[in-house]
Amino acid sequence: MDCNRVFVSKVKRLTIVFTLLIAFLSIKIDTFAQVDSAVVPVDSAVAESAHAVSGEHGAEANHGKEKFEPTKVIMEHIADSHMWHLWGHTSLPLPVILYTPNGLEVFSSGNFHHGEHDYNGKYNNYRLEEDHIKVVGADGKVDEEASKAVLDFSITKNVAAMFVAILVILIVFISVAGAYKKRAGKAPRGLQSFIEPVVLFVRDDIAKPNIGHKYAKFMPYLLTTFFFILFNNLFGLIPIFPGGANVTGNIALTFVMALGTLIIVNINGNKYYWKHIFRPDVPFWLYPIMIPVELIGIISKPFALMVRLFANITAGHIIVLSLISLIFIFETLAIAPVSVAFVLFMDVLELLVAFLQAFIFTLLTALFIGMAVEEHH
Amino acid sequence: MELVTPSIGLVFWTSLAFICLLILLRKFAWKPILGAIHEREQSIDEALNKAELAKQEMARLTSQNQDLMQQARAERDEILKEAKTLKDSILNEAKKQAQVEGAKLIEKAKIEIENQKKAALAEVKDQVSTLSLEIAERVLRTQLDDKTKQEALVANLLKDVELN
Repeated sequence: MDCNRVFVSKVKRLTIVFTLLIAFLSIKIDTFAQVDSAVVPVDSAVAESAHAVSGEHGAEANHGKEKFEPTKVIMEHIADSHMWHLWGHTSLPLPVILYTPNGLEVFSSGNFHHGEHDYNGKYNNYRLEEDHIKVVGADGKVDEEASKAVLDFSITKNVAAMFVAILVILIVFISVAGAYKKRAGKAPRGLQSFIEPVVLFVRDDIAKPNIGHKYAKFMPYLLTTFFFILFNNLFGLIPIFPGGANVTGNIALTFVMALGTLIIVNINGNKYYWKHIFRPDVPFWLYPIMIPVELIGIISKPFALMVRLFANITAGHIIVLSLISLIFIFETLAIAPVSVAFVLFMDVLELLVAFLQAFIFTLLTALFIGMAVEEHH
Repeated sequence: MELVTPSIGLVFWTSLAFICLLILLRKFAWKPILGAIHEREQSIDEALNKAELAKQEMARLTSQNQDLMQQARAERDEILKEAKTLKDSILNEAKKQAQVEGAKLIEKAKIEIENQKKAALAEVKDQVSTLSLEIAERVLRTQLDDKTKQEALVANLLKDVELN
């Protein structure tokens, strides 16, 4: 009963989200066009009137032109990169791994010197253009055809940040597991008592009510998903080195997570789940409508998960960066206290969102699993 | 839109890393943690059940004790009552016996007194007769000097004897 009520509300919400998404997609292009035309004059005006724009990002992005483009700066931060920016002009070079039709190519991204130099690889010449590795043809221009054939498996900033998060997760949970072995049957202590309520929360408030008595089988997946998203969200909030990457705000990562949910749900779907999709309890003549709708539903549920996590985290990063950018847009320190105050507020909100999104992703995954394994009597 | 286009590299590394993380955590973290939590919960449940049982046992023992006390008290009362009746009966018996004994003694004493009285009377009679014989002798001796007097006396005596 309870599950059903939640399900109905979720379906309603999904419908609303989809409607909004479609609405958003339909108006997006026009809006962007408008924004672009509105922003460009302002940007050029800024460039003409002020030569003393401070700020490392603006300087780094334009190398001496001293023109601050907030959109570019923000998008650079949101997107992935082949270097891990530390401070000022210092970046950590990351390994580039390219799968070319001729074979693998591995070299350091430091060879590009922030995109100023080309790199002569074993099979091709490469150039870093807007943080994408492109193949340079014999004429010194980017060869788009050849670039498409090269697959980029580099350890980018997001991959490296994800590895850091995974390392921390492993250290934390294996040490906590050790504490459980060492202090068997006793009350939790230290890190253990910090982790245990969260684990119990996932078990008692996410898995058990949504999945039912078969919950134990899915606990490792749910817990791993929850803590993986949570730790990556939290690391994304740290502005300096080990964090700062927009890992969970990258569509590729949320795509993989949602794909995991899709696979888990459909592998474990029982005959009632499949009957609901292919032989729903509706009049026969509605089948041509219902079956496609149900099939779309299989995809749309994880799709909503993917978009929700991606949009929430990215939006948070964009807002924080926009607020910081205000200082450089207005070119005055006077705005800094306002900016910092708003950023502080947003950071606290993002802290909540970090937990909330991890919770929602896990909850909905549990709900979908619960719907797939539910027994009808 | 670059922002919403998943890049193959990140998809690959995320899948690989997530699957590795899932396997590692499943083996080294979730199994021991969930196992330990489950075990602890069971032991707590067990302890609570045991405590409940002990409480019931205590209640049972207390009521049993109360019962025993009541029983003991009733028994004591009964014993006391019995003892009292016994005492009363003994007392009564003793009184009765004493009365009987007393009556017997009194009877005996009476008989004895009677006997003694009889003996004393016999003795007194004896002495009186002896004494009267002596007196008579002396009177006779003095008076019976002459014959008439003797006869008169005899006649008198006879009269007396007849009266007796």
